[in-house]
Order: sequence, then C-alpha cells, then structure tokens
Amino acid sequence: MTTKPDVPGTYVFDIADSRHGHAINELCSTLTTPAHRARFLADEADYCDHFDMTPAQRTAVLQRDWRSLLDLGGSIFHVLKLATVDKLSMQHLGGVFTGMTTEDFIAAMRAGGRRCG
Amino acid sequence: MAEVTWGLATSHVPSIGAAMDNRRTQEPYWKPLFDGYRQARDWMADHTPDVIVLVYNDHANAIGLDLVPTFALATAASFPVADEGWGPRPVPTVYGHPELAQHLVECLVDDAFDITVAHRLAVDHGFTVPLSVYHPDPGDAWPCPVIPLLVNVIQYPQPTAARCYDLGKALGRAIRAYPEDLKVAVFGTGGMSHQLAGERAGLINPVFDAMFMSKIQSDPQALASLSRETYIREAGSEGIEMIMWLVMRGAMDEDITRISDTYHVPASNTAAALALFENRAPGR
Repeated sequence: MTTKPDVPGTYVFDIADSRHGHAINELCSTLTTPAHRARFLADEADYCDHFDMTPAQRTAVLQRDWRSLLDLGGSIFHVLKLATVDKLSMQHLGGVFTGMTTEDFIAAMRAGGRRCG
Repeated sequence: MAEVTWGLATSHVPSIGAAMDNRRTQEPYWKPLFDGYRQARDWMADHTPDVIVLVYNDHANAIGLDLVPTFALATAASFPVADEGWGPRPVPTVYGHPELAQHLVECLVDDAFDITVAHRLAVDHGFTVPLSVYHPDPGDAWPCPVIPLLVNVIQYPQPTAARCYDLGKALGRAIRAYPEDLKVAVFGTGGMSHQLAGERAGLINPVFDAMFMSKIQSDPQALASLSRETYIREAGSEGIEMIMWLVMRGAMDEDITRISDTYHVPASNTAAALALFENRAPGR
C-alpha cells in the first residue's frame, strides 16, 4: 500500500525503489571522487564486486542499460553519475528514455520541449 | 532586528553553471537566458544583503540515500564545493553564518519544524548555480555569507507544497526574531517544469509554469494547496522542485513587489526561470 502517485511515463522514486536499488545507487555515489572514477574505469567488473548487486543490476551497470538501471531501483541523479563517467550528457539519456537520437532530443528541447499530456 | 529584504526564485540547472564556467553565455544557445538575467542582476548588485538563506536540494552528492532528511539546515562556518562526477565547479568556497543558522534552527524547532542539522556539507550545483545566477563574477569570494536550507525533493514522499510554504513562514518569523540588524535575502531554487527520465523525459509545460510564475507573487496559497501528484503530473518528476520556491515566498510579506522575471526554454532538459521580488507592497 502506497500513496505514491501513478503518473504514466514517469518514475516517482520512492522508499521501495531506494531499498531495491540501494547497491546501484551506492556504487554510483562513489563516482564523485577522481580516485574512484579511475578505479571504476580501470576494472569495472572488479569494482562491481564491491557492491551487493543482483546479477541483473550488475549487468545493467556494465552494459549501461539506462532504462533497466532505473527499473531496478536506480535514482536518476545517481545513474547520471555513471553516465558522467562515460562523458554522456543528460540529453543523451533523455534520448535513450524516449527512443530518440541525442540530436533529435536536443532539437525537441530547443523547439520548446515535449508536450506530454 | 534582522529583516527579509528580497527574495530570488531561480532554476538551478547544472548546465547554466557550466555555461558560465566555460564562458559560453554569449553563444546563441545561452544568450537569451543570460540576457534575461541582466535586469535582476543589476538590481541585486545594488542591494547586496548581509546574509542569504538559500533553499535547495542536493543531487546525490552531499546527501546519499542512506539518510534522507526532509528538511535540513547547515550551521557550518564554510561549505566546500562538491565534486559531482566532473570535478568541482571553479567557484569560491561558500562561507556560512553559524550564529544566525543556530538561531534559525532553535526558532524552527520551537515552531514545530523538527529540522535536521548539518555540520558538514559540500554544496552542489543546486546551491552554487543560484549563487552564480545572482553574482556571476565572484572572484575570490561570494559577496556575503550563505546559509543552506535543504529540502528532499528527490525521494517520495517529498514534503507537501503546503508544508514548504509554512516552513517559509516559520523561517521568516525566525529571521525577524534575530536581534542583530541584518538584511537577509532568501533564495528559492529549482524548476521550472522538467522531467529527466521515463517516457515523458523532456516534458515542458509552459502553461503550468506561467501560472506558477504569476501566482508565486499574487496567490501563493493556491500553489501551496496543489498536491504532489499535480506537481509531478503537470511539471514533471523533477519539476516538483518548484515547491522550494514556496519556502522563499513564505518568508516574505503578503504583498511583495516584482522587480524582474524571465522564462526560457531550454536549459538542457529544463525550462529555466528567474523571478526577483522586493519585500514591500507594490507602489510603496
């Protein structure tokens, strides 16, 4: 039982998500120091071993499966840190989430953004 | 006694800070937004406060998901600039005002806001971008001390809009009860409509944003009565940040004067806005 709003096409990150996605989010939150970023990029699989992720979560991290990362409890602000390590922008992720190329997503934003009724 | 002299509402999109840091504000993509800031910046430069209380949210930097305070106020003497994954922004360390911060915590708790106290806090773009919007060229130091007031807007349940508005009222009472003659500016940050993830990523709702921009001055009670679901549905999962503008608004008087505002789409994935208010009735 939850009072969380159900808004189609929208992740409303809540306490249950935080519980399920704790290891993903914990890994991502370590990527805020240069030393951790370097260690992660040097051996991603070994780095993942330090976090108690499910096999699906681990695969999602290693394969940069952005949609699955959110479906498996990742918070967008944590997941963004993983994208930042790859030098990918929030607009790149926006394209992934909407099935658009990055260029088309940027163009849609410059045209005033997407109207989602 | 201390007083709230003006209030600034502004988006805190990281790319706005990056545009300033990388000297891209005159490029075609960014120029309209920064041109829109000019009038407000000129006015604020003539009205430097003694202290700023800056209402914002952290984005997985100083505050992880192990402990999620709904409201927190930071009492340290200084706040380093956070490394968010791409290195810290090249802006000065922020100095706090521990005496006023302690007073605010005591007053808020006595006023039934059981706020979390932060003694150590690295400040991220949610905090430094509004400071840069206010003061683009700080050199070695920001113009005045700044007290961070944090709101959880990223994990449901966020505080209600009504609770944010009431917190602002309590914050205003607390500021006015401080015995030293200080001019205090209050910043409410975040918004406007945007959604970063899901099929609705890229959502912009200019109709809702225009309504909010108008009523934040004239009818904040109407905005305070909107549900979390309404904010998320209309303004996007991250657009709910706009509830933090209501903390700023609550700290000000019933009648306030609009000095300047601007609205621009896009700043990366977000509708960006600024609204500046002086804490006096129009025409006085």
